[in-house]
Parts: sequence; C-alpha cells; structure tokens
Amino acid sequence: MGCTASDVIAALRAAAVVMAEHRDELVNLDRAIGDADHGENMRRGFTALLSKLDSSPPETPGAALKLLATTLISTVGGAAGPLYGTAFLRAATAVGDLAELDGAAVAKALHAALDGVVARGKAEVGDKTMVDALVPAVSAAEAAGGEVDAVLKAAADAAASGAESTVPLVARKGRASYLGERSAGHLDPGARSTSLLLRSFADSARVAR
Amino acid sequence: MKKIINDPETVVLEALKGMQAAHADLLTVHTDPAVVVRADAPVARKVAVISGGGSGHEPMHGGFVGRGMLDAACPGAVFTSPTPDQVAEAVKLTDGGAGALLIVKNYTGDVLNFETAAELAAAEGIEVRSVVIDDDVAVKDSLYTAGRRGVGGTVLLEKIVGAAAERGVKLEDLESLARKVIGQVRSMGLALTSCTVPHVGEPSFALADDEMEIGIGIHGEPGRQRVPAGTADDMVAALLNPIVEDLPFSSGDRVLLFTNSMGGTPLIELYLAHGIAERLLAERGITVERRLVGPFITSLEMQGMSLTLLKLDDELVELWDAPVHTAALRWGV
Repeated sequence: MGCTASDVIAALRAAAVVMAEHRDELVNLDRAIGDADHGENMRRGFTALLSKLDSSPPETPGAALKLLATTLISTVGGAAGPLYGTAFLRAATAVGDLAELDGAAVAKALHAALDGVVARGKAEVGDKTMVDALVPAVSAAEAAGGEVDAVLKAAADAAASGAESTVPLVARKGRASYLGERSAGHLDPGARSTSLLLRSFADSARVAR
Repeated sequence: MKKIINDPETVVLEALKGMQAAHADLLTVHTDPAVVVRADAPVARKVAVISGGGSGHEPMHGGFVGRGMLDAACPGAVFTSPTPDQVAEAVKLTDGGAGALLIVKNYTGDVLNFETAAELAAAEGIEVRSVVIDDDVAVKDSLYTAGRRGVGGTVLLEKIVGAAAERGVKLEDLESLARKVIGQVRSMGLALTSCTVPHVGEPSFALADDEMEIGIGIHGEPGRQRVPAGTADDMVAALLNPIVEDLPFSSGDRVLLFTNSMGGTPLIELYLAHGIAERLLAERGITVERRLVGPFITSLEMQGMSLTLLKLDDELVELWDAPVHTAALRWGV
C-alpha cells in the first residue's frame, strides 16, 4: 500500500511535533559548536507549516513536500532553511504529481533530496554536517527496497548511526568549522535533526501501515 | 536571563517598531516580511545597496539605513540570517531602475539565503550583484572551514559603497569598488564575556573571570583560542598583530582604524584600547588617517572588542568623508 497525500500530511504534522519536542536538544547541540539557533529555527519552520496545512491542504504528496520546502525557505533562515528547503523541493520534484508513493518513489525522493543538499551546501561525508546522516540514509533506503515503511526504517536507522558518527569529527563546513579541533566531541546538530526527521517519517509510515 | 524584553518570540519585531518610532525621518520598517528601507526609497536611477543578517548586532544593519549608506536592511531572527523572501522584498522596495548590490557577510546561512534571494530578484527582472565580505583573520585555514567570516569590515564597506552609490556610480563599478574594499580590510575580535540569546536564555559559552576568548565571531560562537585575559596592552596586541601581518599592512600605509565594542564594553575601555592601537600602529610606521570608535557591530550584551584596519587611498578617504545620514552614523549633513 502506498503513501497518499493525507499520509504525507499526517507525517509532516507528526514531524512538527518532533521538532518542537527536540527544540531544546537541538539548541543545546548548536550552542556547543555553533550559534544556538538550530532547534528554534526548525521549530519555527515546522510550526509555520502547520498553519499552512490548515489553510490550504495539499492534494498530492509532491504538493505537500513542496509546501514544506517553501515554508522552510521563507521562515527558517540560517543555513538550515535553504538546505532543508532545497532538499524537500528536490524531493517534491522527484515524486512529481504521483497520487501515491511506493517504496521506490520514496527512495528516489530521498536521493533527490541528498543531491539538492550537496549542490547547495557543497559538503561531503566527513565534514560533520547533515550530509553525514543523509548519505548513509539514502544508501540504506535504496538497498532496502520493499514498502514505504521498510525503506524509511532503513533510512532512519542509517541516519541515526550516521549522525552519531559526527561526534568525533572536526567540522569542515558551516559555523562549527570556525572551531577547528574544538568541534570534535560534539554531535552535529544538522545531522541530528536529519536523523530525527527520518525517524519521525519512518514512525508515521509504520503507523499508517 | 534578565533582559528588557517581553517575549523572546517578539524581540526583533518589537525592536523594529521602536526603531521606526525613533527614526521615522530616516527609515520605514516593513514587518511582513521584515525589511528596513530608507524613508525616500526607491531613489530613481540609483543602485540600491542592500545588506542584512541576523539581529543582535545592532546598530548593524538597520542603523545604517539612510542617505549615503544602505537603501535597505533585512533583519533575521537573533543571530540567524534573513530569509530569501525578505531580501527579495528589499530589492523590490528599493528598485530605482539601476539594479541592486547585495552585501553579504560570509556565513553559510547568509550566503545560501542571499543566493536564493538573488535568483528570485533576477526572475523579477531586476539586475542584482552580490559581494561577500570575509575580513576576519581569526579563521585561518579556509580549505577546511566555511571560509573567513564577515565582521567589522562590513561597517566600513557599507559606508564606502553607500557613498559611491549616492553619487550615481553604476552597479558594475560599485561591485568593483566593494571588491577593492574587501580586498584591503581585515579584522579580529575578542570576548571577555559571552552573550545570552533571548530564545536560549543562557549564555552561549562560559568564560572564567580571568579568561578571554580570542578570534570570536559575532554570534556568540566560541573563538579559536581561550587564553588568560591579561592587560589591555596584551589584548590590543593580540588583535592588532595578526591583522597587520595578514594583509600585510606595512610602514607607510594609510589606514582607517575601527575600534568596535561587542556591545557590553563601555566607551571608557574602548577609548583606552583605541589609544593603544594608535600607538602600536605608529610604532610600525602605519598612519591612521581616519577613525571610528564605538559599538557598531555587536553581539548582544557581550563584553569584548574588535579591531578593523582598512588600507586607504584618496578615493576611499573621500568616500568615507562623504555625507551620511543614518541612525548610527551621521556626518556632513
């Protein structure tokens, strides 16, 4: 069974709750090696999304992803706004106007999202960024195959360990890079929020099934 | 956290409203999206000079909106870059038919958001150029970082480019002038205390009573090195030496010396530090021809300072001296 527009909307609403719940955690991770705004910015973006979902509910999964993208671009600011915005915009383009997403479409959307983040941010694996969570997530999603819930669970598991892998790294991109060696020993907030979002999407897919 | 605020959510908006009330003769504040534009915008046939960045650095950038400096400033949330729709709106509101120059400080978020905004504005048929300022010598190894940050040099850049735009200099030449200034301005800062971002509620980092953080940015992000605080002589030398050696500035050079407070350092200490910097430069045979002293690019209530040196020539001196009428800088009018 695929994932319809209302499934995607439900998943985005659930993700907004997760972002609000983890706001302080992300702020504190960012305070250690950045500028302490990531959790607040993500909360603001997803909260703005909720009111837009109420006022004009999207009719396709792609339209829902596009609404998320434009909302994040116009409300988040920082690096996260354009990076997540680009990611979801590319994902929206990848799924086009499909009425339902199957596992393969979700994997394709994830790959497009990764390409977008890399094109905008120019980060590579090992730079201590969200790319460290997203690259293994996309590989795992593509290898997993099967239904949407299986694809997203594989992505979320890989993103979690990818995010953990940023702890010992020295940042080479973003504001944490100014710290040089002192950035080592901290979990990257962008990798953490990527991992949280994918886990939330996976949980929504499992419940929908 | 003890601050003169009602609610962390509304700090920026309430501050903008206060700014509008205080300076209605100079600027107009738009709130959806947030843009501060000069009161007489758009100015026909003049290139619009637009900047922006996170709030918390006041008076930068809104305090520099007015005749002879910025046409518009886009304030983001505290320490967070503005969004592309804010910048695109600023371009539209100030479009006098001669295009726009965006002055972007080199931070990942600012660069990404302004890039997106430039695409949006171009799609509207307005010619937009961008320059990225990266004057912070504290960030050394640019291959393994996001590159040098834009700090104190931004103030001087906005003043000089704003003066040239006011004289009717064309977009292409304005961009070249901006690149020239960026090429010969260098800065470095230090913090004695941290600052508290309203929506965080706690200091961004902790410094012991006898420590200072050298090589800080302007967002409460920790610097490169934590060292014993020492005397004012030690502090000024710790900032000035890397700046002078970086460009390098050498004997016979004419410079503008900008001694900036990070927000919490009082003028008595700032003048003391400025005097030391003038003496150290004189010892190196470098002539200070113009000065700016005060809190102009700040990190909320952080105690600390930054020094900025700009190599001058006759063209830059003349543009620096040109009339400016903004909330924070005003002379010649």
